[in-house]
Amino acid sequence: MSKVLVYVDQLEGNLSSNAREALTFSKGLANSFAGNVTAVVIGSNVEAAANEAIACGATIVYRAEDPLLADYEVDLYLEALYTAFHQSDADILILPFDRKGKDLIGRLAARVQASAITEVLDFTVEDNDIKWIRPIYGDKAVAEYKATRKKVVVGIRPKSHEQAEPDNARAGEIIPVHLNLSNDIVVNKLIEKMESSLSDVRLEDANIIVAGGKGLGEREVFEDLQELANVLGGVVGASRAACDAGWVPTNLQVGQTGAVVAPDLYIAIGISGASQHLSGITSAKTIVAINNDPDAPIFKRANIGIVKDYKTVLPTLIEELKKKLGKEHKTHA
Amino acid sequence: MHIVVCLKQVLDPEIPPKYFKIDPETNRPEDDGDMVMDSYAENALEAAIQLRDSVEEAKVTALCLGDEESEDVLRRALSFTADRAVRVWDDEWEDLDGQAVGHILAQTIKTIGGADFVLTGYQASDIEEGIVGPVIAEELGSSCITLVSDLVWEENTCKVTYETERGYGVLEVRSPAVFTIVSSEKNVPRLPKVKDVRLARSKPIEEIEMEDLESLDIERCKSSLKLERVYVPSREVACEILPGEDGPELAKELADKMVELKVL
Ligand SMILES: Cc1cc2nc3c(=O)[nH]c(=O)nc-3n(C[C@H](O)[C@H](O)[C@H](O)COP(=O)(O)OP(=O)(O)OC[C@H]3O[C@@H](n4cnc5c(N)ncnc54)[C@H](O)[C@@H]3O)c2cc1C
Ligand SMILES: Nc1ncnc2c1ncn2[C@@H]1O[C@H](COP(=O)(O)O)[C@@H](O)[C@H]1O
Repeated sequence: MSKVLVYVDQLEGNLSSNAREALTFSKGLANSFAGNVTAVVIGSNVEAAANEAIACGATIVYRAEDPLLADYEVDLYLEALYTAFHQSDADILILPFDRKGKDLIGRLAARVQASAITEVLDFTVEDNDIKWIRPIYGDKAVAEYKATRKKVVVGIRPKSHEQAEPDNARAGEIIPVHLNLSNDIVVNKLIEKMESSLSDVRLEDANIIVAGGKGLGEREVFEDLQELANVLGGVVGASRAACDAGWVPTNLQVGQTGAVVAPDLYIAIGISGASQHLSGITSAKTIVAINNDPDAPIFKRANIGIVKDYKTVLPTLIEELKKKLGKEHKTHA
Repeated sequence: MHIVVCLKQVLDPEIPPKYFKIDPETNRPEDDGDMVMDSYAENALEAAIQLRDSVEEAKVTALCLGDEESEDVLRRALSFTADRAVRVWDDEWEDLDGQAVGHILAQTIKTIGGADFVLTGYQASDIEEGIVGPVIAEELGSSCITLVSDLVWEENTCKVTYETERGYGVLEVRSPAVFTIVSSEKNVPRLPKVKDVRLARSKPIEEIEMEDLESLDIERCKSSLKLERVYVPSREVACEILPGEDGPELAKELADKMVELKVL
């Protein structure tokens, strides 16, 4: 029977949404061989997060706490996670394949000589044999893999699972990790950090996204998209081709190598719908596409489509929605 | 300064889904299609060349683990003015995973004299493991900065800009280090000069074999994953194409529809 350890990331004392997804995934996995979920939290003050992990389904939580872990630094976190993995004696370590996962998974697997698999969406278990399921070839195909080593490090794709809901009646055990950290392992010097504040809506958390692609033809049209987003109370996103053209910053990129999003409404304008783009919006509830090419692959995934030059559609769409949503507000008030 | 950039040859990732099929016998894409340089690796190549050009006496080695066909990516690297091209291969190395590739590349880097900085793409455009760079770092005992969008050489140090969850950070990095590169305005691949393309044809490509790698661990050259099955899923959604020819009319219909469906 395999023992599952899941790394749950915390932010100012709360579990991240990716961490809660990873807990859902891990519970499903552990259930399939009647085991329990063990979690590890890392930081300088993680008691609240450890309790939240228990409420969200962990039975044992390893608490890797040290003042040096107050801010994320890859070498220190790697060392803490490595120590916890070892101490827990788990076989399978689950992490979200998010920003931190991208730093940690390859190195951790190499360090413990484990099998490593990333972008995992799902698994199957048969006679204690686990198959890991992930997309390949830019999401055009799906592959099933078996690990050939005893230990496995698994990176799951964000937005692929529901977030675990806390049940405060659950009880569990918290175990400290025996860390022996020293700042000496940090060799590079941080000279600048620029991050948007937590109150800014990130693409990942947005309910409505208005996204533009290369088909917009010029940078200025993104101002119209911003206006549409403002009317709808949403945010602007972009395809990689639009980012590469320098029309918008790369942090607006949606897709496999950009943000993986899960809005209620995704409006794609002048976006062809390459598989790498679509893989970022698989969890979008409703997709609207405006594209003048009826054969554009985006229409194979959109729920509502308009085959037309966006220039003839966009101005009226903004006006109409302004009218309608203005009215809606009044009737609600 | 010795800069090594790792280049992978991949199936053209932009092939439209309707032409993409998997051969169930081999679990590989049918009729191999066009092979191209992995796109983030190409960004890494551009970044490596720019870094070299800003540092006196620096050299770039382009390194590829692959069969003879993959020499194309090394020719391309030479046409970008890479100083040296190295291909490492053994016929036993089929279906390697990222960990095996990382191990072999790291051992090759040691064999060719080590590197101050190693650049890889952040995630290859075919299997997209996103782990080769970090594995190389671990194997070489160097630091690893992932999702790097810019590198500059200033006052004898390497300043590295990388993406964070909600923005970016800048690090002053000591060698040895591995960087995994994402595309950015700074590393848009150049159009090689005709002269350089011609020169590249006559430059040598060094070949390295398993026997040449002294500290190679045969166990670590085996894939840590076994591919059981690959298939093309059908995920088509029935799209409701709004009927009509007139743009503004269609816009009104769409606005109605969005309200009707309560998506707003
Ligand atoms: C490893 C890898 C990772 C990648 N990751 C991502 C990713 O994360 N996100 C991403 O987006 N891409 C990604 N890509 C790139 C992806 O393959 C496509 O190249 C990209 O998504 C295309 O962007 P686009 O749809 O804006 O441009 P295009 O493919 O050029 O499409 C433009 C579309 O606009 C339409 N159009 C043109 N004019 C008009 C008009 N006047 N009105 C209406 N429609 C019009 C055209 O019909 C066309 O369909 C990745 C590629 C690789 C190889
Ligand atoms: N066979 C290979 N030869 C050289 N470099 C490679 C090879 N495979 C992967 N890489 C490098 O590692 C990066 C990430 O690949 P991956 O971890 O497979 O997604 C690629 O963008 C390349 O720079």
